[in-house]
Amino acid sequence: MSTGVAADTSVIKALRSIRMPQTQRNREFGLLLFATVISGGALTLVQLGALGAIDPMILAIGGGLAALAFALHIVLRVVARGADPFVLPIATLLTGLGIAMIYRIDIAKSYTGWTAYSTKQLAWTAISLAGAIATVILLRNYRVLFRYTYIFGLTGIVLLLLPLVPGLRVDDANAAVWVSLGGFISFQPGEIAKLCLAIFFAGYLVRTRESLASVGTRFLGITWPRMRELGPVLVVWVISLAIIVFQRDLGTGTLIFGMFVAMLYVATGKTSWVLIGLGLVLAGAVVATQVLSYVHGRFINWLFLFDPKQVDPEGAGYQPMQGLFGLAHGGLVGTGWGQGRPAVTPLAQSDYIITSLGEEIGLIGLFAILCLYMVFVSRGIRIGLAGQDDFGKLLATGLSFTIALQVFIMVGGVTRVIPLTGLTTPFLAAGGSSLVANWLIVALLLRISDAVRSQPRMVIG
Amino acid sequence: MTKELRRLSIVMLFMFLSLFAAASWIQVVDADALGQNSNNKRTRLDSYEIQRGSIIVDGVAIASSVPTSDMYQFQRVYTDAAMWEPVTGYFNPALQSATGIEKALNADLSGTGSSAFFSEIERIVSGQPQTGLSVELSLNTAAQRAAYEALQGLQGAVVAIEPKTGRILAMVSTPGFDTNLLATHDSDAANAAYDQLDADPANPLYNRAIAGDLNPPGSTFKILVAAAAFATGEWTPDSTLPNPARYQLPQSNNTVSNAWGSSCGPGDTVTIAEAIRLSCNIPMAELAVQIGDDAIREMAEKFGFNKSFDTPVASTASSYPRALDDAQTALTGFGQGKVTATPLQIAMVAAGLANDGVVMNPHMVDAVIGNDLSVVRAYEGTEFARATDKEVADAVTAAMVASVNTAAAQGARIDGVDVAGKTGTAENGSNPYTLWFTGFAPADDPAVAVAVVVENGGGKGQSGSGDTIAAPIAKKVIEAVLGR
Repeated sequence: MSTGVAADTSVIKALRSIRMPQTQRNREFGLLLFATVISGGALTLVQLGALGAIDPMILAIGGGLAALAFALHIVLRVVARGADPFVLPIATLLTGLGIAMIYRIDIAKSYTGWTAYSTKQLAWTAISLAGAIATVILLRNYRVLFRYTYIFGLTGIVLLLLPLVPGLRVDDANAAVWVSLGGFISFQPGEIAKLCLAIFFAGYLVRTRESLASVGTRFLGITWPRMRELGPVLVVWVISLAIIVFQRDLGTGTLIFGMFVAMLYVATGKTSWVLIGLGLVLAGAVVATQVLSYVHGRFINWLFLFDPKQVDPEGAGYQPMQGLFGLAHGGLVGTGWGQGRPAVTPLAQSDYIITSLGEEIGLIGLFAILCLYMVFVSRGIRIGLAGQDDFGKLLATGLSFTIALQVFIMVGGVTRVIPLTGLTTPFLAAGGSSLVANWLIVALLLRISDAVRSQPRMVIG
Repeated sequence: MTKELRRLSIVMLFMFLSLFAAASWIQVVDADALGQNSNNKRTRLDSYEIQRGSIIVDGVAIASSVPTSDMYQFQRVYTDAAMWEPVTGYFNPALQSATGIEKALNADLSGTGSSAFFSEIERIVSGQPQTGLSVELSLNTAAQRAAYEALQGLQGAVVAIEPKTGRILAMVSTPGFDTNLLATHDSDAANAAYDQLDADPANPLYNRAIAGDLNPPGSTFKILVAAAAFATGEWTPDSTLPNPARYQLPQSNNTVSNAWGSSCGPGDTVTIAEAIRLSCNIPMAELAVQIGDDAIREMAEKFGFNKSFDTPVASTASSYPRALDDAQTALTGFGQGKVTATPLQIAMVAAGLANDGVVMNPHMVDAVIGNDLSVVRAYEGTEFARATDKEVADAVTAAMVASVNTAAAQGARIDGVDVAGKTGTAENGSNPYTLWFTGFAPADDPAVAVAVVVENGGGKGQSGSGDTIAAPIAKKVIEAVLGR
């Protein structure tokens, strides 16, 4: 008998010592190499196009960041072998393209040193990558987050309210979303809040999905929930409206509510929630347009941008119009890195990074970027489909949908599909807090995908 | 959850598809229209990089772009600015304004016109920087200078046309202004200069040659009335008209007289040819009533009245109105009343008569040329209308030649050349006269047709005349063209 057990143990030991090829990581290595080469190429082309010479300093720094990305790759090889191979390379490539374009705009505006947006973006990228590495190492089991659902919820709301605290607030003419740390670094806590709230929503919905999906009254062929289940949804709606009204941040409000409705639908499967959600959005939009002057202004800009009687081309209409002119200037193949005029558009390095990229790398480049986002989001959804525990599925779905919705709101805003709001384009736009939050999303997705892949598959019958 | 996830992913797919569609629309379908939008700062900044083409007269650039170090990269410089200003206009990128040829041919000069496309291909291949196309004008420097110097101190205009082709040989308007003042990139200085010119009571900004305040043409209109009469076939140069000293306008208490107060030569009747030669008002008034305003207007319109011409700078239409009663028609018989004209129009009348009755479209541009002096687009003379046949034109010409040689238009006489001419001294109520002259030379094979207008009596109130003030100016212009 003991020899049988000993034989089993030794078999198991032998099995463990067999080195399985890490197919996912090998794939990722190739893609990551591709991503860093393309990013480096973009940086070089920017220098050749805009300066006519190559500045080795920037390339060295870029190389340093590439090294950090590969460090994350190595960490994944050790602790998360089965993580999705597409997520890291796509995030790296998008971040790299963003840095190249922000650097290009710095050249156009002659910003150097610490006043340059690209310097700050490089620093924040390093911090984000470090944060992602730390998260991947420390968060061995993502289900730990489930335990702290309500704490994350509270943290999220506090972070959202932080810019309203008089002492910390940075005065911004448009939206009260900035917080100043020591008067030196400005930070948007709303970005991290978005992440906390995603975790909160996932945890909350897992706990309460039964009651939310329970029987209600049947009307018009759809089962409508009872009033007490409506409560939480209304609370979230009110919070979103409060953000829009008090912080004048139309984008974050819309994003949080959209994220919640999507996760609610996936968790409960009831179409009625979607309809209620859409109804609330429409009601909120109508009220906001009438009552809030800045929302009304955004709607007028959206509908009547080229009507000089409604929109002043030198005033409120200047930025969106120049953004569109920039895209048109690029055309199909773009003007080439460093050879367009993206800096004519105000805030070309943050809100209008997409039009700046569209101008210089053209419609073809823009399609490529949108496809990168699509693949990124689809990998997240894939985890949602393949995962076996509800929390992981919901969390992955929520995070992916947030990215997709954020891209839609941003790119749709600058291309006049929808009115413009103040969100950041994930990974591309100049903004430290956004970069940190999105790289934390990357870390979470890597962890969840690794767990999903490592799970023993259920064999049924 | 799976089913819902799949549905959600379809929603996200549609979200991205809408972004693809929007981007495609903006960057491909609508890209050209957005590029032409007047608010497009990028298009404007791109245009500053292109060296604007020159405006060339007799092989010399009168407007050219000189490299500068400011954001506009090139400064427009005008030579002999005050003399050429009615022709060139000015171009100012800081104010985004252009007038004259600078405006009319802006697409070619700025290199954005369709003609520039193939030269653009050549340029990309050869690696040269992009430039606009240059414009060669038909103007004659000697004629222009003669007219400009003769008009100094006077408020008026001169237009000279080559009758066979319609090429404009001179276009002067005084007082002029220095276009370099309005082309400076300092927008405050440019605006201040403009305001000063605008406030000047002599109105230097007016192009009196083709626009400005139109004046009644006075006796110069008589040649058109005579042509109208001869064209009906019922009148000849020897047809006679009553010759009173005073003439009461039909259905009116007003009377008109000849310029000197008495009748038109001896005798109870006078021929039309004599009426032209001596420039009598009463016979022409009677003639106008007899042929009727419709006939006169039709003839006028064949010569170009009631129409604006793109020279390519657009002219103000000279006016012979409809529905005139007999009294008004009588007044137009000697160029007073409701008929008003630009010097360009009167020059076209003379040029038409000079060209055996065929009126050519007036134009200033000979060719648009590329950097290597190759002709990108050439302009040929085009016919506007056949106003009269050769006999009628010859009949009027004969009377005009007689007027210059022996009578009312002797101020334009040139030794050895038959000049056909007609003076005009138009009244403006109690204000100073408007002095006119129109004519062409040599009468048998005309090389140039001229019209001169001097406003404000030429500084002589009501004691100057077309013959003493306007005719000598025309004489100098004709001499310049003929090379004397």
